[in-house]
Amino acid sequence: MTNPNKLAILLTFALTISFLSAGGHATGSEAPSPPKKFEASETPREYETPKYFVPPPPFSEGIFPCSDCHSDMEVNPERRELEDEHVEISEIFNHASEQRWCLDCHNPDDRDKLRLANGDLVSFEESYNLCGQCHGTIFRDWKAGIHGKRTGEWNGKKQYRLCVHCHNPHSPKFKPIKPLPPPDNPLQTKYKKLSDEEIPRNPLGNIQ
Amino acid sequence: METAMNKKSCHNNKCKPLTRRNFLKGSVAGAAALAIPVGTSDASVWESFFQKHFTEMSKEELARVIARLEKKYSNKFNTPFTVKTTPALPDTLFGYGLDLSRCIGCRRCVYACVRENNQSRDPQIHYITVLEFQKGEKWVSDLEESDKYYNPDTVPEEGYFYMPVQCQQCENPPCVKVCPTKATWKEPDGIVVIDYNWCIGCRYCMAACPYGARRFNWGEPQVRKEEINPQTHYLGNRPRYKGVVEKCTYCIQRTRGNPGRYPACVEICPVGARKFGNLLDPKSEIRYLIEHKRVFRLKEELNTSPKFYYFFAT
Repeated sequence: MTNPNKLAILLTFALTISFLSAGGHATGSEAPSPPKKFEASETPREYETPKYFVPPPPFSEGIFPCSDCHSDMEVNPERRELEDEHVEISEIFNHASEQRWCLDCHNPDDRDKLRLANGDLVSFEESYNLCGQCHGTIFRDWKAGIHGKRTGEWNGKKQYRLCVHCHNPHSPKFKPIKPLPPPDNPLQTKYKKLSDEEIPRNPLGNIQ
Repeated sequence: METAMNKKSCHNNKCKPLTRRNFLKGSVAGAAALAIPVGTSDASVWESFFQKHFTEMSKEELARVIARLEKKYSNKFNTPFTVKTTPALPDTLFGYGLDLSRCIGCRRCVYACVRENNQSRDPQIHYITVLEFQKGEKWVSDLEESDKYYNPDTVPEEGYFYMPVQCQQCENPPCVKVCPTKATWKEPDGIVVIDYNWCIGCRYCMAACPYGARRFNWGEPQVRKEEINPQTHYLGNRPRYKGVVEKCTYCIQRTRGNPGRYPACVEICPVGARKFGNLLDPKSEIRYLIEHKRVFRLKEELNTSPKFYYFFAT
């Protein structure tokens, strides 16, 4: 064994001993110090998830940036009936609403950002990182292109959508929709020559 | 007998033995010529009558046919038409996935398909049939228990689930086997296509298909001029004739391309239940779902080997 190696082993040993003895002292009669208050890191961490090609978030008109109103307001973490712009959210909110309130996802200090459980901030454009905290299996499927709608090119540029393009984040379950008409009964088809205006329109209309 | 076989018919200094076969060929051509109505005997009628099979045409012959068709459709619908003949991409085998745990039976796909593929609006033709089943009832083996005319105020209905059915693009397609004129065949990228100019409307293929996926033009197809999609493929959504069979082609006019677009039904689905991709690409969406989800193919026991995978993402 070479000398530097011996030195390293000795040093590790000494350090371990000193840590153990320090631990012994702490478990004595002293009261445990209160848990350290969690503070959001100042610079948002870069996430390794790829930057998906998604359209901008579907904000209600005039609602963003949130800081326009909230920068002058006192932060109120209380559960309550929301007012003004957010009355509707109070009415529909059913996203595990027993366990959750605004500031669990919205960042209190800079309202234009969302906040993850670990305190990291993410922008509304990358809100999938927030949803993926709880809905991990869905997030995995979404990244693979299995959950959610894809448009574009099957072998080229794919258009992803944010979770909130299809799910209202405050009330995420899909609402029932009206089905398009059932097929004609073939027994009632007349096989008649029609003028251009008489030919039935496609009931799909402009739905894209 | 021998003297008759050796007898030569000389015409324009070219002598051919007058065999039974030549005689029959001549008389068939003559009869065919007589069958063409006198009033419409312009060149295009003749050309379309003697048009060769799609796969047997030379490049020049194909170009002539395409030019004729584009002109005809453009005149009929008052809008410039494109009829593509894009061949299959190399190393591509198309596969389709449909998430039964997500489908809500809204029929958006049915009508997006109609918009893209120029199906007749009256008499009505749909490539996709959405079947509604009662939860807990026998279903995969008994599609007869389903309802395709369901029409509640909103879907999904409590206690029901939905299964859209369209052409399954079988690897072993029974419809192709029975076609007497080889008007339908499987392309190298796995799409089963139809040459509407070679279909004689016998509907053997419809009887052979276990999925009820093929549709027949019982009447002259009728589409509003404003609703026609002029971006077409010869083997896909070009306007059809009365008396020919048609069906889903995985939107061949969109998907065959590099880059190629998703089929219209994939893009319209509001719940993202429809998936599409290349079965030979291990990184494709379709391969991911086959490897990670619970998957089945419709009527697997018939050995048709569909390239249409129903799956459950949850």
